[in-house]
Amino acid sequence: MTYEGLIGGEVEFTGHNGDTGNAYHARPTAEGRVPGVVVIHHAPGWDEWCAEVCRKFAQHGYAAIAPNLYFRDGPGAPDDVAAKVRARGGVPDDQVVGDVNGAARWLRAQDNSSGKVGVIGFCSGGRQTYLVACVGEGFDAAVNCWGGNVVVDDPSLLTPQRPVAPIEYTATLSCPVLGLFGNDDPNPSPEHVNRLEAALKEHGKVYEFHRYDGAGHAFMSWYRPHYRVEQSNDAWKKVLDFYGRVLRAA
Amino acid sequence: MCTYINEKARIFGSAKGPSGWVKVDTANVYFDHPYHAPLDHALGIDFVDESSGSPQRVAVEISAESARRLVAKILAALESGEAAHAIEPEPTEMALDVR
Repeated sequence: MTYEGLIGGEVEFTGHNGDTGNAYHARPTAEGRVPGVVVIHHAPGWDEWCAEVCRKFAQHGYAAIAPNLYFRDGPGAPDDVAAKVRARGGVPDDQVVGDVNGAARWLRAQDNSSGKVGVIGFCSGGRQTYLVACVGEGFDAAVNCWGGNVVVDDPSLLTPQRPVAPIEYTATLSCPVLGLFGNDDPNPSPEHVNRLEAALKEHGKVYEFHRYDGAGHAFMSWYRPHYRVEQSNDAWKKVLDFYGRVLRAA
Repeated sequence: MCTYINEKARIFGSAKGPSGWVKVDTANVYFDHPYHAPLDHALGIDFVDESSGSPQRVAVEISAESARRLVAKILAALESGEAAHAIEPEPTEMALDVR
């Protein structure tokens, strides 16, 4: 086992409507072309967790970028910026798709890009991951970590910012999907996960779902009480195995 | 699940933050994942001055049980305090559209 070098830091990318935003980027320092991963942050904001996840992917041979989806409401501490975003109902889906597309274009434009780009998101970012995998610009693999409200029963949750439940876009899903869920999670509940799986089957999509007993929402968040070490470690293996098979395939 | 559910209360008063006392006109109230409190979910309140567009906020994150205790104590303090001072709610307050 060797640990390759990596480098990380902030970069600028061009997002929705040509707006310039900031992002965290980490990549291996070794020579050679590598696949990319766009990391979508959760609703509490573009926080330290995003940067850690990028560095983990870089350690495992990927170039990763975490676009700050709240850059239009910053600068400021991530929690303060997230509070502003929450107060006005969150970021619009079309803006998120535009920003994530832009982050993927940034990765593909780098000299070390293999051309393959996956996407991963946590919590609300899991929902956005499924969304961009369906309506974004040609992602090669998607990892939905406990994205809630992919399936929506309560019409009041469909807002001007999020007018369509992402499950409705399943027919246009363009890449394999890995789903990681805790069976104690109320949103997405196991029943919602069942319905999403049924939709994927119905449309003949390539997917893998892993559902963990003894785990609830955000069970991979090491800094929260609901962190579950065994399930989290297994889930990280699943993520790296999935990306290895899909993004490194010839 | 991270939600964007946000109950917005119009308020009248001031709050003290890192830069001292500031006017506040809105309390954003939500129940979601906290940023700092060691809880899976917390009741969050952000006191802000929306009318000025100031980025400052005075924030708290407390457990659901704490929040219910706080609500009861706020109502108790209001009831006993207004009785002790023999006052009616001020006109400024009555003019507010408190939702």
